Amino acid sequence: MSTKTATFAAARTNTAAFVLALTVGVALLTVSGMAQATVLHDAAHDQRHAMAFPCH
Amino acid sequence: MTKNLLSSAVFAGLIAGSFAALLQFMFVIPLLLEGELYEGGERIHFLVDGMTQSDKGAPALGTDWARHAMTVAFNIVTYTGYALLTVAAMGFARERAGTQINAQAGLIWGICGFIAVQLAPAMGLPPELPGTVAAELAPRQMWWTGTIIATLVGLSVIAFARSMPLQFLGLVLVLVPHVIGAPHLDTYFGIAPPELSAEFATASLATALIGWTMMGYFAGYFMSRGED
Repeated sequence: MSTKTATFAAARTNTAAFVLALTVGVALLTVSGMAQATVLHDAAHDQRHAMAFPCH
Repeated sequence: MTKNLLSSAVFAGLIAGSFAALLQFMFVIPLLLEGELYEGGERIHFLVDGMTQSDKGAPALGTDWARHAMTVAFNIVTYTGYALLTVAAMGFARERAGTQINAQAGLIWGICGFIAVQLAPAMGLPPELPGTVAAELAPRQMWWTGTIIATLVGLSVIAFARSMPLQFLGLVLVLVPHVIGAPHLDTYFGIAPPELSAEFATASLATALIGWTMMGYFAGYFMSRGED
């Protein structure tokens, strides 16, 4: 019984960790690849071309 | 788990992003700078009538350190972003399908990530030199994102489904975005020599493949080490 509870708790924590990693990852990629703010676009320009983001 | 996921992704992103930037300075940025000569009109390849011809040769990287430092920084941001998605996927796959997490498995994750995020969208929207005239941005970003998601789901089904008909459906899913087709204009507007554009596209893909495999390798390496 206690093992089962522990496994459930661990699984829940892991899911939260996966969701957190996914969210932060997508946020970083939005900044480096997709965001259209001029300052961001110009700074990331060469990298966006080299990594083939559809950026302008 | 959270700490291990985040720190593994940051280390993998830092190593792969820095190395990818170095490769880009060697093989990709010179072509990009050469493309800018056509974008700015310093070189002209296509005359209205007569020969299509222009000098070959990339300008030196120059001393615009701020610009190049930004390229390094944003490569690290991008690869860290992709590494975060990769470690989450590796952890999820282990939890649900019992797959191993180590550097060798990370290589395969990295190559599959490259296929889904770089190669598949490049079939419809090849890496572009500066100055390329293309269809409107929003539909391209939508097709790009949709293609990546369809390819990721398709590849996952092929890798993890136990039945062959399901795996075949995964393959269909990988192909669907290309049957639909990426948004394109009805006219060609290219100003740079076709050879230069082709070289840029292949060099960009090849360096990204090295960056992605390296990122996968180190994501797997740091994740397995962090759990000891």
